[in-house]
Amino acid sequence: MSDPILSLTGVRADIDQYHILHGVDLQVPKGELTVLLGRNGAGKSTTLRTIMGLTTVTGGQVRFQGEDITGQPTPRIARKGIAFVPENMGIFSLLTVRENMVLAAVSGPMDEQRLNWIFELFPPMKKFWNRPAGNLSGGQKQMLAIARAVIEPRELLLVDEPTKGLAPAIINDLADAFEQLKQQQVSILLVEQNFNFSRRLGQSVAVMNDGGVVYAGQMAELADNEELQQELLGLGLGAHQ
Amino acid sequence: MSAHDEILEPRPQGAIARFRAFREKQPHLFLLVLMMLVAFFMMDPRTWVVLTISGLAMGAMVFLMASGMTLTFGLMNVLNLAHGAFISLGAFAGATVLVHWLNASAGESSLLANLAAVVPALGFALAVAGVVGLLFERLVIRPVYGDHLKQILVTVGGSIILMEMIHVIWGPNEIPVPRPDALTGAFLVPESWPVIGGVALEKYRLIAVILGLAVYGMMTWVIEHTRTGILIRAGVEDQEMVEVHGYRIRLLFLGVFVAGSALAGLGGAMWAMYREIITAHMGDELMISVIVVIILGGLGSIKGCFYGAVLVGLINLYVGYLEPRLAAVATVGLMVGVLMWRPQGLIPVIKV
Repeated sequence: MSDPILSLTGVRADIDQYHILHGVDLQVPKGELTVLLGRNGAGKSTTLRTIMGLTTVTGGQVRFQGEDITGQPTPRIARKGIAFVPENMGIFSLLTVRENMVLAAVSGPMDEQRLNWIFELFPPMKKFWNRPAGNLSGGQKQMLAIARAVIEPRELLLVDEPTKGLAPAIINDLADAFEQLKQQQVSILLVEQNFNFSRRLGQSVAVMNDGGVVYAGQMAELADNEELQQELLGLGLGAHQ
Repeated sequence: MSAHDEILEPRPQGAIARFRAFREKQPHLFLLVLMMLVAFFMMDPRTWVVLTISGLAMGAMVFLMASGMTLTFGLMNVLNLAHGAFISLGAFAGATVLVHWLNASAGESSLLANLAAVVPALGFALAVAGVVGLLFERLVIRPVYGDHLKQILVTVGGSIILMEMIHVIWGPNEIPVPRPDALTGAFLVPESWPVIGGVALEKYRLIAVILGLAVYGMMTWVIEHTRTGILIRAGVEDQEMVEVHGYRIRLLFLGVFVAGSALAGLGGAMWAMYREIITAHMGDELMISVIVVIILGGLGSIKGCFYGAVLVGLINLYVGYLEPRLAAVATVGLMVGVLMWRPQGLIPVIKV
């Protein structure tokens, strides 16, 4: 494994009086897609939010490209090249698709070439370019959320459950999009419940339980080892369907 | 945005359906047209023209004062009850420049000399209110973000301090504000015009209407077409996601607060020249209209604020003419009526 682009060591975080993360250790290798698996409530989303500086870190360290970013304000973390697609997608529904994209292109006008690539990846974006984003369907909103994240070259994408509530055909489109991003050597940390989707895309994998990482390794290993899946995820039945 | 919605929906058929669609989709225009029509049939057309222009002028000035407060609430979710103090501050700052300048160029009555006095006066009002707004956000508002009760307590306190500061600097008495010669008097509509021939329209009111429209147009343009505008609209909806994209929402808050305070100052200076007398508490008196306007229009909506202000201005003048004793009731009555019809105000800004 090359140098990790992002590494968490012993990260602890609280939301109100609840301890959500009790010492998370996580490495995201550069240029790879890492999947973060785990049951509901294991702390996956909180881990992403903590990396973005959206929850207060009470202990441990987050390092991005070797630099300590623990406790830095969210906008500064974002400007270092980390894009975050939250579970609810965070679409500005009163803004048009175009305005959503303009806002995401932080450093100035959108790059024409990159925009065309996004239109090819997600044709609905072109079709609904000047429509309010609130009128988009769930799948189209997810496309817009990912399009926003990649309108400018980023070092790292944090994506929280992109397949949640989407039809299989659209999940396939999203998988294709992630394949392309992988080819471009974008580092991605993907939180996912859909094991087939994550098995298809993931190179490395980490499994969380009860606010900590309980397994970290290569996806191929986990995918072949049904016993381990059973133990970590209780997924034995679903894995091969 | 509404233009796009119409594409998706079938066009209403028939006159009644079309009327209903107009009433539901454009409640602000519906109410405005209704009010003007009713008033038109209740009075002499010449009186109606004069009252309408006056009402629009009052609406324009109230809009200037209210627009900042509606943005502050919509974007920052801050209830700034000290907004009235910025109105007073702008009025005193503007009056100071005006009195000083007019004394210096006493007797000058050319348009140019007068404009040379009015423009710096308005500019100074804008600047003073803006700078004080900057300090106020840092010292008073910043510690109480996210807590409405504290905001109300702290801004009412801040408002008292600002108004007492006006007493300290300008003294406790009312100050008369001379209106420059070029802005006094009236345009006479030529006698040859049908119906409204010979009506005298006060110049200053026309200017207020034009300035109000210009500011409204500019604000709408900034909000609809610039990156700052996109950020403001995005921030009204979801502050966290604005930060996730790498923008510092606090800076945006500060900018909006300063702009809102500056506009309140501008409105105050306009009002000072309109009334030709100012007191430190004029802002408090105007705050009633301002609060009615922003609630009526839909909290956080610039367009709603504009139409709300025009409606308040018009109903004040119309009712004041028809039945002076009811004038004070009319404004609040309008608000109650609109809220019963549309509890979110005329043009609600949907918070997601």
